[in-house]
Amino acid sequence: MNNRRSFAPAIYVGLLLVPIYWLFIMSLKTTKEIESSFIPYPHAPTLENFKVIFDDPSWYLGYVNALIYVVINVAISVTVAIPAAYAFSRYRFFGARILFFGFLTFRMMAPAILLVPFVQIFSELNLIDTHVAVAIAHCFFNVPIAVWILEGFISSIPREMDDSARVDGYGLIRYFRKILLPQIAPGIAVTAFFCFMFSWVEALLANGLTVVEAKPINGIMTRAGSVLAADMPLLAAAGVLGLIPGVALIVFMRNHLARGFSMGRIV
Amino acid sequence: MKFVRGPRGGMNSERQNLLGYTLLLPAVLVLTLCGVLPMAFVAYYSLHDTFGGNSFIWVGTDWFEQILAAPEFHAALARSLGFSALALAIEVPLGIYVALRMPTKGVMAAVYIVLMTIPLLTPSIVVGYLWTAMTLPKAGLLYEALAPFGLNLNMNKPVTAWLVLAAMDTWHWTSLVVLLCFAGLRSIPDDYYRAARIDGASNWSVFRYIQFPKLRTVLLVAVLLRFVDSFIIYTEPYVVTHGGPGVSTTFLSHELVLTALVEFNLGEAGAMAVVYFLIVLCVSWAFFRLVVPRSRSKSGIAAS
Repeated sequence: MNNRRSFAPAIYVGLLLVPIYWLFIMSLKTTKEIESSFIPYPHAPTLENFKVIFDDPSWYLGYVNALIYVVINVAISVTVAIPAAYAFSRYRFFGARILFFGFLTFRMMAPAILLVPFVQIFSELNLIDTHVAVAIAHCFFNVPIAVWILEGFISSIPREMDDSARVDGYGLIRYFRKILLPQIAPGIAVTAFFCFMFSWVEALLANGLTVVEAKPINGIMTRAGSVLAADMPLLAAAGVLGLIPGVALIVFMRNHLARGFSMGRIV
Repeated sequence: MKFVRGPRGGMNSERQNLLGYTLLLPAVLVLTLCGVLPMAFVAYYSLHDTFGGNSFIWVGTDWFEQILAAPEFHAALARSLGFSALALAIEVPLGIYVALRMPTKGVMAAVYIVLMTIPLLTPSIVVGYLWTAMTLPKAGLLYEALAPFGLNLNMNKPVTAWLVLAAMDTWHWTSLVVLLCFAGLRSIPDDYYRAARIDGASNWSVFRYIQFPKLRTVLLVAVLLRFVDSFIIYTEPYVVTHGGPGVSTTFLSHELVLTALVEFNLGEAGAMAVVYFLIVLCVSWAFFRLVVPRSRSKSGIAAS
């Protein structure tokens, strides 16, 4: 990359933040205020909208529900993807190329296609309106991505490491635990970030597979937004709160993420 | 991705087969449950007619003949492809440009990366409502920002609706392209740039001969992800435009959901889904062939 100073990233990031700023400003206003005049800064800010959300379990439990299925999904995706990525990276087995392609095609199926069969399958399994149902449903797009990213990171670990571990008498499981996983920790962070992101933003399946008990914030916002006079400031407050888990994730994992992204081993 | 080149010393191919399959088993099981099985259901729907989803009657390829002749389906498909093309045409060049201009290290690189990921982590429903609000008179920043220039943001005009959706998608997802390209560029050793500078290479030749080859793989990944996700976009247009004005922003996923859940026509929706899947399969196969070129695969995974 170049070492010259450039304003392009600053302008780009600045523009990205404008809608976020607007979301934040709206969340501090009342419906009456946004409908009466255009004031691009917080004028008489109120926390009333946030209070509505924090006072009502049907609102704030939406965040908890969404977080639960996202975390379960990330755990499943990363756990099954690590051995698979290792297999693709290290072994030459029959049909590996086709299987790798097969995995990728799952990433390309649309939630809209799979919604109806998912409803049927999870009804049979008695899993409708559970976090597990959404977590499993979201695996169809996250497992392929996780395998794909991790394969790159594992392939960047020299194979000599495998050999010397084998000479030292390490079994596969001990090798994974003691040597491979610590080495690819930044890769796991990047993978978890991608899985979290894709699962957290998805709304159609998350909404379609839940009723009340596991209803995510997406669904609650859809309901609140589909009434005739939607309360925009309230939705904005819900949106601001919906940003927090993602931002917290980035902040907590920033070192791993920065290392992972600069290892240049995404692919 | 780097597929293994030579046979592993000391490990015969049977053992490699066995170990390989064993390690793949968990992932295959999960994908069978959440991918293969539902897709089989969809294929079954597409060949049957149903009343309320209880009894199914074999109808062969009737649904396929019907949708392939239906102008609504063609129109929705064309709109989806058009939207994907528009999204890619904006997001990919912009993403590459920003990634090339990013500082390589230091605090600012980290700050930019953190701030850039915020749109990526915004739930699509929030994105939808945020951009709806942006286009409202008085409440909307976008509406009010354009008003002084005599531009009246009228969401009842198809062109405006499309532009707002394109702006929204650009805002939401361009950072994905930036991040992937940034990661790709970081894998280029500094020595390459030093050598290029000594040779007096221009910015363009540095891009053409050093950066672009490294970005090729990463870009295909980015293009594929953006193609698929914009092609199947549902939540955001549903919230912002409800598919309107008219049907001008009713994309394929929207059409699918309307057919399957509103009209409860599982057969027709199933046939649409199968056609959609075949399109995506062709595109992804082409993509896969580009990412893993033949010459390389011959010595690697395909030879096994």
